Amino acid sequence: MSGIRGTSAVVGIGLSTRWDAPGRSALELLAEAVHAALADAGLRLDQVDGLLTGTAVHFMPTLSVAEYLGIRPRFLDGTMIGGSSFVEHLIPAALALDAGLCEVALICYGSNQRTASGKLVSGSEPQPYEAPYGPRNPITGYALAAARHMHQYGTTRRQLAEVALAAREWARLNPEAFARESTTIEEILAARMVNDPLSVRDCCLVTDGAGAVVMVRADRAADFPKPPSYLLGAAAATWHRQISAMPDLTVTAAAESGPRAFAMAEVVPADINVLQLYDAFTINTILFLEDLGFCPKGEGGRFVEGGTIAPGGRLAVNTNGGGLSCCHPGMYGLFPLIEAVRQLRGEAGTRQIAETELALVHGNGGQLSSQVTAILGTAATL
Amino acid sequence: MSVPSPFAGPGPDAEYRRLLAEGRFCIQRCRGSGRYVFQPRVLSPFTGEPTLDWVEVSGRGTVYSTTVIRRRPEQGGDYNLALIDLDEGCRLMSRVEGLPPAEIRIGLKVRARIARDRENAPILVFDPAESA
Repeated sequence: MSGIRGTSAVVGIGLSTRWDAPGRSALELLAEAVHAALADAGLRLDQVDGLLTGTAVHFMPTLSVAEYLGIRPRFLDGTMIGGSSFVEHLIPAALALDAGLCEVALICYGSNQRTASGKLVSGSEPQPYEAPYGPRNPITGYALAAARHMHQYGTTRRQLAEVALAAREWARLNPEAFARESTTIEEILAARMVNDPLSVRDCCLVTDGAGAVVMVRADRAADFPKPPSYLLGAAAATWHRQISAMPDLTVTAAAESGPRAFAMAEVVPADINVLQLYDAFTINTILFLEDLGFCPKGEGGRFVEGGTIAPGGRLAVNTNGGGLSCCHPGMYGLFPLIEAVRQLRGEAGTRQIAETELALVHGNGGQLSSQVTAILGTAATL
Repeated sequence: MSVPSPFAGPGPDAEYRRLLAEGRFCIQRCRGSGRYVFQPRVLSPFTGEPTLDWVEVSGRGTVYSTTVIRRRPEQGGDYNLALIDLDEGCRLMSRVEGLPPAEIRIGLKVRARIARDRENAPILVFDPAESA
């Protein structure tokens, strides 16, 4: 037993699936998800004493969220490492619960990016050694990574399109997904180019929405209405901030966070029943399948061919439809986490993966800059 | 005469820009490891100490990755953005001029040039290197 393995569990999840919510602010959407997560856990708002959050629209998000919800948490964390932040928040939440610094930890996020701007744009400060060249962040960094992967390993645009198609086929099984129209590889390949080699269909959605997760210590997790999803392993890694500082554009720090999370969880990739990978762009899924050990480096494109990760395929990946077809309200990290819990509970409806005991969630932030891997399991895996 | 502190006065960012404005493309080299560093820094990532000296470099490099950023013709049209690996072993973001954006390939040998941006500030760009 090492680190925080099995010391805490998710006992409540909630979403605001208002993916297009004109007139609703980020905090208003967030409050809906918090309400749903607390109801799911059978808890009241005044029982929350740990708050972990972040938004793209507040300078001090943790304070704004605490005030807006009307709570006085005794443990606060606002780690901001991009879209992976909310997967990373599992780590301080587990530590704080284990140390008795709080009893009920709430991780939450909300965004109205779609109705506020409607564009896939970063709220980040410009990087002085990159901005003069006009990168369209975040897309440009991922396009550069995709171009390099194609050059080095022969990955094709058609293989990238396979990732988009698989995500859409999963979304078609998810009544809550935003993009559910049927599509084909040919349609995806014919889409408008944005940053070569990425077209608009290689990019995630731009939606509104919110998510929330409630965590408690493992010793009381069984006392809540829903089956607990235990945190077995979690690890974060970063090797760069700017894409120009990434050591090798074909290898992400998931190659470090993954092995550390697996070691803590005491499992191996072959044990995992379902994967939720942060697919802001199609190349992400390919990179993370490689870096997390589900296929050899360079083989990700060939691995996804022929529906390997689509419904009915060999490996269940992004069963909610992912950031590509389910939702992507600015930062996506909480949504793959919530889908992992649904799969572990057996609540995923027609997209449910039978006998799911172990789920992997992988968060990505910045321009492949932060990588966070978490492994959750049912009581049987403790 | 005392040695100036590496922590005092205008920092490495300002020095980089000052040298560029003088027409000199300089990057830092770590005295401890002999390795080159970009972006400009106070501490060498290799030693953790302020062991970085400015060195004027050849400006020769190779396209490590490249993209065409699509833009409407009325807004100026498509443009190139590339990551360049300098012969000295570090990487930076720039653009390659002198070829249509879509014709710039990974592996292309390039050479740095100091151009001027719209505000007349110096900006480092690259041209295809003349074949030997």
